[in-house]
This record gives sequence, structure tokens and C-alpha cells, in this order.
Amino acid sequence: MEYVNLLTGFRVDGRRPNEMRQLKGEVGVVARADGSALFEMGNTRVIAAVYGPREVQNKGQQVNSKEALVRCEYRMADFSTGDRRRKPKGDRRSTEISLVIRQTMEASILTHLMPRSQIDIFVQVLQADAGTRAACINAATLALADAGIPMRDIVTSCSAGYLCSTPLLDLNYIEDSAGGPDVTVGILAKMDKVTLLQVTKYHELLLIAASFRTPLVLSSIHTNSITTILHTMCSLVKHFSCHLYPEGHCFL
Amino acid sequence: MLQSKTFVKKTKAGRVQKVVREHYLRDDISCGAASCSTCGAVEHPLSADAGAILVVDTNVVLHQIDLLENPAIDDVVLLSVVLDEVKNKNLAVFNRIKALCSNKARRFFVFTNEHHRDTYVKEMVGESPNDRNDRAIRVATRWYQSHLGENVKVLLITNDRDNKRKAIEEGINAETVESYVRSLAQPGLLDLVVVSTSGDVTMEDVEDLRPSKKKVIYSEHKPMSEITAGLRCGIYHQGKLRVNRYNPFEAYVGSESIGDEIVIHGRSNMNRAFDGDIVAVELLPQDQWHESKSFIADDDEDEEEDVHLAPNSADDAPRKANPTQSTVASSADSVSSRPVGRVVGIIKRNWNSYCGSLEPMPMPAGSGGVAHALFVSKDRRIPKVRIQTRQLSNLLDKRIIVAVDSWDVLSRYPSGHYVRTIGDIGDKDTETEVVLIENDINTRPFSTQVLACLPPLPWTLSPEDLANPNRQDLRHVRVFSVDPPGCRDIDDALHCTPLPNGNFEVGVHIADVTNFVHPGTPLDEEAAQRGTSVYLVGQRIDMLPKPLTEDVCSLRADVERLAFSVIWEMTPHADIISTRYTKSVIKSCAAMSYVEAQARMDDSRLVDPLTVDLRNLNKLAKIMRHRRCERGALTLASAEVKFEIDSETHDPLDIGIYQIREANQMIEEFMLAANISVAEKILKHFPLCSLLRRHPSPTKEMLEPLLRTASSVGLNLDVSSSKALAESLDNAKNDDPYFNKLIRILATRCMTQAVYFCSGDLTFSEYYHYGLAASLYTHFTSPIRRYADVIVHRLLAAALDIAKLPPLFQDGPQLTGVADNLNYRHRNAQMASRASVELHTLIYFRTRPTDTEARIVKIKANGFIVFVPKFGIEGPIYLTPKGDKGGDWVVDEVHQRVTKPGTNISYAVLQTVMIHMEVVEPQPHRPKLQLTLI
Repeated sequence: MEYVNLLTGFRVDGRRPNEMRQLKGEVGVVARADGSALFEMGNTRVIAAVYGPREVQNKGQQVNSKEALVRCEYRMADFSTGDRRRKPKGDRRSTEISLVIRQTMEASILTHLMPRSQIDIFVQVLQADAGTRAACINAATLALADAGIPMRDIVTSCSAGYLCSTPLLDLNYIEDSAGGPDVTVGILAKMDKVTLLQVTKYHELLLIAASFRTPLVLSSIHTNSITTILHTMCSLVKHFSCHLYPEGHCFL
Repeated sequence: MLQSKTFVKKTKAGRVQKVVREHYLRDDISCGAASCSTCGAVEHPLSADAGAILVVDTNVVLHQIDLLENPAIDDVVLLSVVLDEVKNKNLAVFNRIKALCSNKARRFFVFTNEHHRDTYVKEMVGESPNDRNDRAIRVATRWYQSHLGENVKVLLITNDRDNKRKAIEEGINAETVESYVRSLAQPGLLDLVVVSTSGDVTMEDVEDLRPSKKKVIYSEHKPMSEITAGLRCGIYHQGKLRVNRYNPFEAYVGSESIGDEIVIHGRSNMNRAFDGDIVAVELLPQDQWHESKSFIADDDEDEEEDVHLAPNSADDAPRKANPTQSTVASSADSVSSRPVGRVVGIIKRNWNSYCGSLEPMPMPAGSGGVAHALFVSKDRRIPKVRIQTRQLSNLLDKRIIVAVDSWDVLSRYPSGHYVRTIGDIGDKDTETEVVLIENDINTRPFSTQVLACLPPLPWTLSPEDLANPNRQDLRHVRVFSVDPPGCRDIDDALHCTPLPNGNFEVGVHIADVTNFVHPGTPLDEEAAQRGTSVYLVGQRIDMLPKPLTEDVCSLRADVERLAFSVIWEMTPHADIISTRYTKSVIKSCAAMSYVEAQARMDDSRLVDPLTVDLRNLNKLAKIMRHRRCERGALTLASAEVKFEIDSETHDPLDIGIYQIREANQMIEEFMLAANISVAEKILKHFPLCSLLRRHPSPTKEMLEPLLRTASSVGLNLDVSSSKALAESLDNAKNDDPYFNKLIRILATRCMTQAVYFCSGDLTFSEYYHYGLAASLYTHFTSPIRRYADVIVHRLLAAALDIAKLPPLFQDGPQLTGVADNLNYRHRNAQMASRASVELHTLIYFRTRPTDTEARIVKIKANGFIVFVPKFGIEGPIYLTPKGDKGGDWVVDEVHQRVTKPGTNISYAVLQTVMIHMEVVEPQPHRPKLQLTLI
């Protein structure tokens, strides 16, 4: 299938390769929670709620008493995808994404300011159209900011893929299920640091990197060109984060 | 602005799912017109001084693509809605229009109307998708008009009457294709317009010239729903229709549901299906299965035999049974075992453009007007095509390309339209181009991506190659090559060194093409697609780019080259003691021609090392050859001809049978041995994914004509095995010196051709190569000009652990696909070379009427077919004037003889006759070679 129209350069939904989907965010959507946010990237819609900092409930979980404990739970609502299938709680995928979000947020929260306390982040996917991981991170950031939890910087995240020999920003469901390689990048927007980098189909990405150079020396793939790709994707994501939080706007 | 597209679709599992997709509307899409200042785009495909900007609708693109490809049509806006519809309906047309849009020389612009804020149209309640798309086209046209202002005329081109009416009501300029083209005042262009037969266009101006023939000739195709239902419950069978190359009234449909080929006799049973169409077939009742030939007579096209090149195998020869044969072959029992059917519907059309010429016809009165002409394709499988033209006088003596548009039940022939002219009939370049187009041979120059894969030139041996532990340095060995004179792509070389123990070390060195052609690169893909180099008379179409073919890979004399070597230790009795395979570096000391090598061996005064090597090799080859023949390999004969070409005009100067010398046989013997050794090696390592070559044993039916001819001259051939046949061929001798060769030539043409296959697809017993009497065979020795050899090189390298096996080999179906493509390309290449030789024969005899000796090879009711040994051609000689079937000649089937009763004049098969050969033009611009008895 042609995911990027060769004649016009538009993607199936009318975006250009370096354009993201329409973004929408709203904070304070769950009154009970200390901080909450609803976040949309096109048809992907997620809700995040943050509780804390509060006293550690289960002391056994506390590893380091000098730092706050960050916990995260990711779930997809049963109604979030087209086919109404019951999603078991705690399946491999959810557990993995929970972990990823937790680690990403932990890196930005100033945990040492909140010893002996815990922060709970709940993220729920209401409507899935690819890029849930990135949307959840963005929603969690907003919810943490809403809860007034001190953070080093704002974490923004976005996915990018590679289809029809074109790098594409923010894949939607059709593009995501096309089977090309994709990366999800999370960066600290102001500090310009990468906190999350996940690659699927790493080998395909290597091959793409190889085809950037003429295939004279196929065996000696230079890691250099991979970094180039990743860098392009990162800069795409950075572009995205500037969009999300324009200059002079601070939640802290 | 965001719009949501919501629709319901059924998943593969059968569940119904609601799909929601985003659909972005933009305000930054440029209109592409140079005269527009508001859009601010960088590129302006549509010119500023355009007379009119055309917006075309889907059906115009689908049906009038040939017209759009004409440079006279320009400044066309293609809406994305149109492109999407075209893509869904016809991918071939879509690819052509895509090529047009990306061609910088043409002013075609794609306007993404579906994502433009002002031209997006939402489906209204109760509106069909078609109507919605038509409305979208009108909305976009109106937007263009208002966007560009009154200075530019925007014209909607549609053949849909309803759409045109609505457009005019909405104040849009709209015209039909025909009226627009007419307004351009270029009569030649009108020929490209497809006259629609459906009710869309007003039919008043399309007069029907043949009202009397308005009767239904073909039965109506069944509707698609009925076909699908029929296929499911097993009444109908689906398959690809293949028309017999030599008898266009007979076709086969390979059906998976039956597991056998269904035979279809006659045009009415074929029911307007073309070669290559996917059709639905209904079986006829079993009692009708035998009435095979009667349909041929139904059609009034005369089956005229032409003089042609003598066939080399059964595949080249007409499969048509001659009418006299069926009477002898005691009814048609043999035929009735095969199911016979008729086409009830066409699932997928394979309509294409075809090369050919117009049937000669008188100029109609009032020339300059529209004439209806019949187009005859060069490919006999294609029926005649009716076309309309306004330039009949121009086209009559030209080779033209015609595309087929439709085939009505009322019409005996399909209708089509003129696409382009290739050149004058009979002109060498034109006819050569026709040959190439017909055989689907890619003559385009290699693309820049392909050329980018070449090693830096000039290429020299690098120290890395020498340092490679897998590559043996054989530069000190006395290696030489023997090839046809003037050969530039030398892919094989040999060496033969006596060993101290009295044995010989014999090496076959093959150009190491895979060192330069890596799997998965554009170069590799291009070569895989081309499959083989094509050799025409005085012309070669390469599989690999010229620098590789003629320089880097070619094992030329006195330069260091990379090779892939097979090295044997052989006893003086040619017994192989050991075999080893290695990549190597060689330096050939001499590139000889066959003549040169032969002369060296024959000149007893020469005792230099090279000549001694040659003589040793020849000695070994003779023993190997003898042994092979004892195993039952057939020594077959063919009548290959050779032309001497004028270096300036490229016209043939002389023609003669290609002479085979001992030196040829010597080289051939070692190549066979190398191929067999490699086949054994790769099969041992990769029993499931080796590419091998097999030659199926001929069936009884195929050998039937040979046996009949032989028995008529009192010769008994034993065809029970290839060994028995080889022996009886050896014993077939009488006082006539040419007799044996003639019988061999006749035997050769009963065989089918050898084919490539993937070892996983067949069982071991099917691997057998009948002609060579070898249980295993493959192609290893010509990687420069055959892609099969490239694959085998990779397999061998992987077997030796030098390289990894490319992923292709893990995919059985894909490998089978590659093998099929190779067979197809190989076959086409052969057909093209034969056609090229035929063409040059005709050119040669045009100025040189000749008297020569010929042999009768087949007796027919009204004459016989002769074979001319000197020129390798075959053709009919008529004893009675055409149309007078049989006349006063009596055919004796048993003795294969025609006699004129009352006289003692008779002609028998294999008899020698003197004939006169001359090129005549029975119809203007249709030269043909005629043979007459003298």
C-alpha cells in the first residue's frame, strides 16, 4: 500500500510526513485526583490521574527512603479499540508500558524532594489509534504538572516510523499496522535530553540505514547512519514538543 | 480542520467493524497553475499560457489513457478522487497515469481535492459513492475556475452525459472527449479516442457500418455473482486461459479445482476471452469431449502456413495436428481423455496493446473520413481487432500498436484503438522492435540506481581480493578460453595441467559475477527481472550493464580476473578422482575462437604448451562424450544458421549453417561436466532450495510424428528410453549421407525444452535430464548472460561456507516464482532470436532469389512441407492452387506419399526436391518468402 502519495507527498489522512495529528489537552478532568489530564492526539484519547505525593501505603515497596516512590498503572479500556474484546488486566503489553511510563516519569520528577512518599500515576486509554504510549506520557506529564509535583523538565513524547522510504511523524493506526519499523522517543524539552527511546524492528531500521548509503559495502553498516535517522526522528519529536509547550509557558 | 471518516467494514474473520479515520482538510494545497499568485507554490506544472486547463473524470482516464499519453494533451489537472478511483478499477492504467504525472516534460498536476478545505465534499444522505465523486469533481472544477479567475478557461472533460449536463447547469465548462479533441483540429489524435459503446456518449455520430451483421455471435457472459456462486459449488472452474501459440482456435485453462488442463476449442467456446485472462469455465458433457477439430473449420480465417525457421524443439513447432492425422489415429481416443469446456465468464481481463499491422483493404471512398479497419496482430494468439482510423492511408504499410477496449457479443472481433506507429512494415529496425516488444524484452537502458551498484571503473584486482582466504590465487596456471569469434562476454575459461602421477588437473573457471552482483541490490533485481541476455542477429541485449558484461566479469586474455572454479583430478581415461570448488583469481593467457583452437589442434607442427593442453583436453572430452552417449545421451541435431552481416548497413550478406567443430564439442563437454558437478554439490547441501534444470522425457504422442515418418521409409526407431533412441538413431543410416542428420533433426523437434525448477517442488526421479541422460543438471557456467547461473553461484558459495544464503532461498514459493520467470524469459529470448533470424532470412532473400535443394518433411493434402538444410528454414509447397483442397492428388498415409493418379509423379517424405526461393508481395507491403517446385 502507498502510505505516502508519491505524487502529492500527502499521507493517507492528509498530513505531510513531518506533521503530527491534531492535539488537545485539558487538565483537572478528575476532581478526586490531585492532578489529572485528558490528552488527545488525533483519535488517540487518554486520561491520566495522579495521586500524591502521599504516604507510602505498602512499606515493602519502598526501596530508597530518601526518594519518592513512583508507581504507574496503564490500562486500555475495553471499548478503546474497534473490536470490543475484553482486555485482561496486567497482560504483558500493559505491564511493559506501565514500566516504561514509570521510568520515564521517574527521570523527570524530583523524587529526592519527597522522601518517604509515593506518587501514583494512572493512565487509561479511552480510544486507541496508535501512539498510545506517547500520548500516555504526555498526559501523565500534564497530570503531574496539574498535581503540582516538582519536575526537572517537561517530558514530551511522540512516535515516528519509516514507510515508503520516508520518515513519518506520529503514526496513526493504519500506518502503525503497516509493519514498518518505528521508534517512540521521549525527551526533556528544555534540557534537550532523551529519556525514552524504544525501537521496534531494530533490524529493519539497520537495513534502512544501510540503504541510505550505497550498498557497496553492505557488511559494514555504520552505526553513524542509524544515529542520523534517530536524530532526525528526535528532532521531529523536538519540533513536536515546541508545539506543545510554546516558549514562556510553564506549568511548574 | 478535522473531519472524521466513519465507515463500516467486514474484517477477514467475518466480523463487522466500525472504522473511524481522521481526515484532515488543509488550506495550503497549491493549485499548480503558473498564472496563480495566491498559492505561492514553487513548482508550476500547469503553464501560464494554457488555452484551457483540463479536469478529467475517472472514466476518461480509464478509457482514454492512450490519448492522455499523447503530447498534444497537456495542462491536465488530476484530482485525487479520480486517481483513487482509477487505482481501484485498473492498476495498469493507474501506473501509466502515475508515470505521466511524475514526468517533468508533461504538464500534468495532481490536485489533492479530498484534503482541500474548499473542495472537500461530504456524502449526502442517499447519494451513491459514484454520484458523490462526480459531484466532488464538479466542485473542484468550479473551485479552479473561481480560483484562477476569468482569464483561464477551466474545462471539465467527461463522457458521462448526466455529469456533463449537471456541470453546465452549475455554470462549469464541460465537454466530451471527442468534441474536445475535435476542437484541437489534429486528425491523427482522433484515432486515439476510444469510441465508447456503452450508452454514455451520444451514439448518433457513430454510424454502424454493418447493420446486416447485427446478430449475436457469442453468448453473454454470466454475471459476476453467478460466477462466484458457480465456482463455489463446483459447476464452474477458474483458471488462466492460454491460447495455443500455433492454433489460435485452441486454448487451455489450467484449473486447480480439476487438477488438469481444460481444453477449449474454437472462438465461440472461448467466448471472447484473450490469452492470459482469468476465466470461469464450464465443462461440456463428456460425449462432446472428442469433437476437437471440427470447430476450426467453423471460423473463416484461413490458416495459411508461412515459411519459417525450422523448429528446434517441440515447443517451437506447431502443436496443431494435421487434418490427415486424425483419420489415421483411430478416432480421437487420445483426445477424449482431456476435459473440454467453454468459457462462461471472464474474471479478470488481460487486455494489452499488441503489435501488428492493418489487414490490407481498399481505401474507402472519400478518404480522410473515418475508416473501419481490421488489425492483425503479429502474435497469432490474438484475434483480429476492429479499429477506427482517420489516417488509413498512412497506416496501411506500417507496423502499429493497437490497444483493445471492448468486445461486444454482437461483434465477431473485439474493438480497439490505434496507439502508435512503430515504423514501416519490413523495415529491419521496425521489425526488430516488433520482435522485442512481442517477446516482452526489456530494452530500456539500465537505470542510474542499477549503474550505481557497479564497482568503480576501471576495475582492477585489489589486494583485499588476494588476501581473502576463500579465494585461491591461480594466476600462475595456464588458463585459456575458447568462444565463438567476436565474443565479448567470456564467462568460461579452462586449464589442463598434467600431474606427476600421470593424471590431469582440469579446471573450469567461470566469471565470478556474484562478487559484483549482490542479492537485493537494484542491479540484482534488474538482472533477475531480465533473466537472460538476448542475442539477435547483429545485436545483443545484455542482462548486466556493459562494463560488467564486457570488462569486469569477462575473462579476457592477459588480465587478472575473479573466477569461480571447479577443479577435477582426472585420470587419462577421464575418470574423475576428486572434485573441488573454489573462488579464485586467474589470468587467462589466450582468448581463442573455436576456429583458432581447432586450427591449433589440427596443426601437427605446433607443440607449444597451450596446444598440448588443448589436445589433452580434447582427448579427455572425447572419452567423456563417448561415455555420455553410452549412458544414453542423445546426439541431437539442429539447423542453426549464421549470418554474415554487412558492417555498415547491417544487412545480411551471407547465410549458412552454423558449423560445429570438435573444439565446440570439447568446450561443451567440460561445461556439462562442471554443471553436473555443481548440481550434485548444491543439491547435497540444499536439497529443498536448489535451482536445477530438468528435461522431461517426451511422451509417446510427441514422438508419434517421428515414428510415422521413420516407418514410412522403413526405419524402426526404439523410443522406449533415451538410450534405446540414441542407439536406433545411430543405426539409422542408408546410402544417403544426409539421412542420419535429417532423422536427428526430426527427433530433436519432438522433444520439449528443458526447464528450470526448484528442487523442493519435485521428487528426485523428476529431476532427470532426458537429453543429456543426466540424473542431475543445472546451469553454472554462464553467469554473465543467464540469471539462473547467478543463483547457482550463490548456492554453491553458500554450500562452501563462503557466503551466507540470501533470504530468497528460504521462501519456496518465491524461488519457484523466480524459476518460472527464468523459464519465461529464456523462452522469450529464444523466440526473439528465432524471429530475428527469420527476419534476416527474409531480408537476405529479398534481393537474392535462389534455387536450392530441399527435403520433404511432412506430406499434406494439397502439398508438402520442405526443409531447406542449407538455410535452416521450413515452408510449404503447394501442389494445387490455394483453396483447392486436395485436388487430383492422392495422399498415401502409410507411406507418407502423394501421388497424382494416372501419372508416375509422386512425392514421398524425406525425398529430395529442387526448389526455388523468392520473396514475393502478394499484397502490397506484405513481403513473404515463397517456395516453389522446379
